[in-house]
Amino acid sequence: MNRITMEVARYRPDQEEAEPTLQAYEVPYEREWTVLDGLNHIKDEIDGTLSYRWSCRMGVCGSCGMMVNGEPKLTCGAFLVDHAPGPVRVEPLKSFPIVRDLVVDIEEFLTHLVRVEPWLVRNEEKPIAEGEYRQTPDELDIYKQYSMCINCMICYAACPVYALDPQFAGPAAIALAQRYNLDSRDQGAERRLAHLSSGHEGIWACTFVGECSVACPKGVDPAGAIQRYKLTAAMDWLGTLLPLAER
Amino acid sequence: MSRRRTIDPVLWMGFGAGGTLAAIVLPALMALLAVAVPVGLIALPQRMDLLSLVHSPVVRVGLWLVFAACLFHWAHRFRYTLYDGLQIKHLNELIFTGCYGGAAVGAAFAASVLWQIP
Amino acid sequence: MSAHLARSGPPHAYRRKASTWWWLTRWPYFAFVLREMTSVFVAWSVVWVLLLLRAAGLGEIQYRQFFAWSASPLILISNGVTVVMLVYHTLTWFNLVPRVMVFRFGRRPIPGPVMAGSHYLAWAAVTVGLAWLLVSR
Repeated sequence: MNRITMEVARYRPDQEEAEPTLQAYEVPYEREWTVLDGLNHIKDEIDGTLSYRWSCRMGVCGSCGMMVNGEPKLTCGAFLVDHAPGPVRVEPLKSFPIVRDLVVDIEEFLTHLVRVEPWLVRNEEKPIAEGEYRQTPDELDIYKQYSMCINCMICYAACPVYALDPQFAGPAAIALAQRYNLDSRDQGAERRLAHLSSGHEGIWACTFVGECSVACPKGVDPAGAIQRYKLTAAMDWLGTLLPLAER
Repeated sequence: MSRRRTIDPVLWMGFGAGGTLAAIVLPALMALLAVAVPVGLIALPQRMDLLSLVHSPVVRVGLWLVFAACLFHWAHRFRYTLYDGLQIKHLNELIFTGCYGGAAVGAAFAASVLWQIP
Repeated sequence: MSAHLARSGPPHAYRRKASTWWWLTRWPYFAFVLREMTSVFVAWSVVWVLLLLRAAGLGEIQYRQFFAWSASPLILISNGVTVVMLVYHTLTWFNLVPRVMVFRFGRRPIPGPVMAGSHYLAWAAVTVGLAWLLVSR
């Protein structure tokens, strides 16, 4: 069996540690082992005190996002063999406060997410007797890509704007706002735009670095979503110049 | 629901227009005049030919729009570069004024030059 | 890493401060900052062209002096770098256009290559046009 050194960030505030450090573990691995498998091996066989989040181990739950050699990755999809001979450095997801070891506080992200109202907003609800909200495949296509987001926050770790200012709503929240804005069943676009128009926290804070889209493990293009949102806001602004334009 | 009009969409549109014009017009313009002529790759254009090219008011206004848009593109982009790149957001108002104000000064200079060409 | 306790969240949560040199830590970040810096060369180009037009307007001597100055090593190299940066601006700008301007024409969006291609076409047309105007026959 091959072996590789994993340098894993540790932070134990309960033990009066002032700042995070790296702890090295030598881990055996097969070709199919992911970084998550390595962490699980460490916890099961070497050091049970290591703390980290994971769940589905197949790239759909979004729990196991961490920095692997400085790149934000789902550890269940990052293979140890790709980093041979190592060492592999595993650190908590960038731009979020570290609670302990590899666990970050995700409250800021959740606040941004809730603020964009990521659900179908209706001005008028159809009574159930009138049946379902129907949608054609083409209408689905318009927003489908943005619905693939698993809230893993890897895009936030990749975004230098968020790193400098956590008040920025961030790639995933804005992409998810777009997922609903572009959904034919939704009527909440105006409310979301009102919230995301503010100078340094909404869409205008984005400078189209584009690394969020590069890092996204689910093929969402949050950068594109944000720029399209800017164009929509611009068209909307021009619309307000026309006195007879429909509001 | 009343809509609060923010200035950001306007700034972004100016940035976009300037960026597109700069992308299309400036590379050839500078490659020809600022590099090819001084190194002798192409002959120095006759001064009178150049002046007759920019003589018409339509051309002058058009040129001014291109120059002003390009300067605005710089202002908007540079403002964000200073804000994010240097992390000096505490100088926010100063950066804002310096950048867009600088573009305005440049646009005024452009107007003065284009007006005074015989 | 400087010790920096988070203002919100669990007590003793540790917030890592972003470095001023964040853009040097990864190649894509550096390429991004380089892309943003092209705006400086855009502004310089406008200034240079305006100085040229002003010199042309002032007289033959000033016109020739301007080009002599432009041929000096400092200015010439700066303008050479400027042309490179302007082309970098053009390429990065056109490549991003399809992700910004998504317009539906009927059932499908206008394809990205068409959006970008139309910009490249305009660039080619203007380039040829300027060459035709400025290169003496």
